Amino acid sequence: MAISLNKEKLRTQECEKLQEVSGTNVYSCYQCGNCTAGCPCVDAMDIPPHEVIRLAQFGQIEKILDSNTMWICASCVTCSVRCPRSVDISGVMEALRQIALQNGNEDVTKLGELSSEELEELPQIAVISNFRKLTS
Amino acid sequence: MEISYYPGCTLKTKAINFETSALALLEKLDVKAIELKDWNCCGVMFSQSQDNLMKQLAPIRTLIRAKESGRDRLLTLCSMCYNTLKRSALFIQENEDKRDKINDFMDLEETEYFGNEIEVVNILTLLDEIDKDKLKASIVKDAKDLKVATYYGCLLTRPKEVAIDNVEDPQIMENLLEAAGCKPVYFPFKTECCASFQVVSRKDIARERTRKIVDSARKNGAEMILLACPLCEYNLDKLQKELHEEDSTFETLPVLYVTQLLAILAGVDPEINDYSKHYIDPRPVLERKGLL
Amino acid sequence: MKKIGVFLCHCGINISATVDIEKAMEALKDYPGVAHIEDYKYMCSDPGQQLIKKKIKDLGLDGVVVCACSPTLHENTFRLTVKAAGMNEYKMEMANIREQCSWVHKDKTVATEKAIKIIKSVIEKARLDEALDPIEVDITRKAMVIGAGVAGIQTALNIANSGYEVILVEREPSIGGKMAQLSETFPTLDCSQCILTPKMVEVSNHPKIKLMTYSEVVDVSGFVGNFKVKVKRKATGLDWDVCNGCGLCTEKCPKKLPSEFDQGLGERKAIYRPFPQAVPNRVVIDFENCTYMQSGKCGICQKVCPVKAIDFDKEDKFVEEEVGAIICATGFETYSVKDIPEFGGGKLPDVVDGLTFERILSASGPTGGEVRRPSDGKVPKDIVFLECVCSRDPEHYLPYCSKVCCMYTVKHAMLYKHRVHDGQPYVFYMDMRTGGKGYEEFYQRAAEEDKVVFIRGKVSKLYQDDDKIVVCGVDTLSNETIEIRADMVVLATAIVPSKGIRELTKLLKIQIDQHGFLSEAHPKLRPVESLTAGVYLAGCAQSPRDIPDTVSQASGAASMVCTLFANEKLKHEPIIVGVNEDICSGCGICTVVCPYDARKTNLEKKLVEVNEVLCEGCGACAAACPSGAAQQNNYTDNQINAMIKAILGKGG
Repeated sequence: MAISLNKEKLRTQECEKLQEVSGTNVYSCYQCGNCTAGCPCVDAMDIPPHEVIRLAQFGQIEKILDSNTMWICASCVTCSVRCPRSVDISGVMEALRQIALQNGNEDVTKLGELSSEELEELPQIAVISNFRKLTS
Repeated sequence: MEISYYPGCTLKTKAINFETSALALLEKLDVKAIELKDWNCCGVMFSQSQDNLMKQLAPIRTLIRAKESGRDRLLTLCSMCYNTLKRSALFIQENEDKRDKINDFMDLEETEYFGNEIEVVNILTLLDEIDKDKLKASIVKDAKDLKVATYYGCLLTRPKEVAIDNVEDPQIMENLLEAAGCKPVYFPFKTECCASFQVVSRKDIARERTRKIVDSARKNGAEMILLACPLCEYNLDKLQKELHEEDSTFETLPVLYVTQLLAILAGVDPEINDYSKHYIDPRPVLERKGLL
Repeated sequence: MKKIGVFLCHCGINISATVDIEKAMEALKDYPGVAHIEDYKYMCSDPGQQLIKKKIKDLGLDGVVVCACSPTLHENTFRLTVKAAGMNEYKMEMANIREQCSWVHKDKTVATEKAIKIIKSVIEKARLDEALDPIEVDITRKAMVIGAGVAGIQTALNIANSGYEVILVEREPSIGGKMAQLSETFPTLDCSQCILTPKMVEVSNHPKIKLMTYSEVVDVSGFVGNFKVKVKRKATGLDWDVCNGCGLCTEKCPKKLPSEFDQGLGERKAIYRPFPQAVPNRVVIDFENCTYMQSGKCGICQKVCPVKAIDFDKEDKFVEEEVGAIICATGFETYSVKDIPEFGGGKLPDVVDGLTFERILSASGPTGGEVRRPSDGKVPKDIVFLECVCSRDPEHYLPYCSKVCCMYTVKHAMLYKHRVHDGQPYVFYMDMRTGGKGYEEFYQRAAEEDKVVFIRGKVSKLYQDDDKIVVCGVDTLSNETIEIRADMVVLATAIVPSKGIRELTKLLKIQIDQHGFLSEAHPKLRPVESLTAGVYLAGCAQSPRDIPDTVSQASGAASMVCTLFANEKLKHEPIIVGVNEDICSGCGICTVVCPYDARKTNLEKKLVEVNEVLCEGCGACAAACPSGAAQQNNYTDNQINAMIKAILGKGG
């Protein structure tokens, strides 16, 4: 379906919030796709990172939040360090997670679903960082 | 030399081999690492959000402990701790109002932290600072050109503000290992992510990453993978085992903390390592090289 | 008292929307010295100028203040206006009430008050202005062109063909520059050397052109029309007047080295000629690598030389030349692959830059024009070209577009396909910039006829895997990541200014931008001039550009030089700082602060003497002079004090 654009839809509050929380200017992006090209987890994402930024430029935050992209992101920061225009894509992913969780999005990882063997075996840093990123 | 030491949660349990080997190695190199008193978890992952200040409390409180120790440098072994502490310190250095707010949250603390009092130092940087001749002199075992793949992962070189070396082509580990008589191999996946915490919720992704990283190391002739991050260690070690169990043609490579190998080469008793913690037993390779 | 006419310009509404012209006129009409005041919508228009002329004649004005824009724009216009009416042009002053007032303010009351003050202060200056005459200077009608790539060659030929002498200086042993290294040129695919060498030959045979290759400019003094340039003629190890370029020495020399001309792929000897069509056809000895120079053993070249030209003389020679104009055409380099770690940092032999691929494609290159990769000489069957490598990347490398990469990459892919019919070229691009005659058509042809696959996106990293280079990129049009196991990769690395440009521009007293490219006097209207009179620019030294643009600009620079040389005498601004010999004590402070070496202390007379032609009227000496002996014409201390008083509201 066509994205219908007008000046109200382009500059939405949601997009402003995204930029504020992530501390990055999404309009710096010129869509070279380097973030997507280097992303280790892109194969599992509904929307590749460069398209996330593109949709943000169009104010389409809802559409992004409907995807799984920010939950797949491993915060490896490869995208941000290679971005030629200093867009902090990794920071945008973090902001998206925070916005989604504040909007009442269900936790992605549920403590109850991890078996006690798994919890026993996993290093603490794996569990804590996963919870820090994917739960409210 | 004396330096404050922050172990972090995993170094006392899953990554105990990292701690014992690093401390033993440092002792050989006349560095005294003094563990912080009353330390807490750093939060593991730096919060990249500009307005979620609660998540900065844990790392900043750790830095307050370091400040109270009276020593101005803080050693971390775990690369996640390193990254989080360093970025949190930078964050409050660059945002004065947020710094004040964070300190206000912790008004029961006797000390305030401003951002630049403590230099957070990763073990690799500390080893790199040691004169290479001194390091060479401490090596007592011949590594016999053991071919190693040096794996940095993400958090030691990204973002560039906290990188311990060149973001795209770090050389610190290679330089250390070359000085110790090893042969680092060409390893284009050395800064590729292992999928990190996604191992908990999306193990499938982490497995595929492990496969790619290990394939690259093996293809370039490595006999083992050396690293400095407990989470990378777990992913690469455990998931290799799983890959091998699933498909016996998948050839595994042992994964060790760089300090484990260096400590052995420096004459530390190889038995201080708890080999039961390894999923792929490194002893056959070490034995082959006469290092046990 | 002087009779001064004050003319206020509305500049459409540029000034009048913010400055209340009527109110200003009311406030100024009775100001001491003002004999007439008038406004007009566009004072610079012909009717506006006529109005000024008429009032000068009718009222016998002997001073004019035009209140309008910045003098950098219209000072010359109004000087000519008053001169045509019989007034000395240096008695015309401009009060800038646009850039310094109306454009930078919003409040009309405040702006009007400020405009009145500005005008009052300029009236004060005009009251004390004296009639001045331009200083006339002779011209040396000989030009020096620095850099003998296609830009320098074209400039030199144009000037020489206009009848003036030219000295063409080049630091390499041969002229030709980067264009001599190229294979074929877009969009016509004519052989680069075939179209360049006729020009090179013309240079070498031209009676008006003196070639100085293997030479560098080391010192420049003087000024427009009268420069003195010191040139270092690097030692070649032989006598070029005796050498006949037979090449026997290079054949017999046992020492092999990587050839710079072939980008390190081919070989040259320690005594060498960079390429067969070199102009002049002479050899040089690479002292650092010559066995004889290093160990005293060998000397084979000397033994075989039939004309006994080789003397192993290591002494550089210096010559001084006098010229009237200098053209800086020092060209470019490409960003080194060694400095790009994500693309292998120069450690992967089959990842090469564009210039290296030109040599691989070139019929005169190390593979004789066959596309073979450096590592093992195999013909690559899958070849990937990356554009925007280090260009358009403000975060890590350079923010600007290197302009030529789109087109030369299309050309590379096309020429590759012409040579390797069963091969497949891929091009990663971000935006295809094909502005230029026949360029877009050329690009279309590459996709349609030569089946070049264009992929819209960047490559994040590449690495060696067995004998392949794995290229990890993205196609942002299909939103898919792309992995290509390529046999060879060509990087279109950014165009950067050639080494040494900073040192040279210091000698020439011309400016460079933050990336080291030469700055033009005006980006649109004076694109081939520097801000230093008599120094002109041509080619990639100014900014990245292709051959047609380079040649056009080179001809433009040549035409500016010819225009300069067509003057009988040069006119130098008389707004200079002299010496009042009655007051000067010869302390010499002014000589220290003068940036133009225009002032010298005469110890015998205990006086400072001024070379009026060198003085640019910057006023540094006038400010430094403790006694007031150094006064700038029409900017005397008295004038400046009067202006300050007027500004502070106590004038008149």
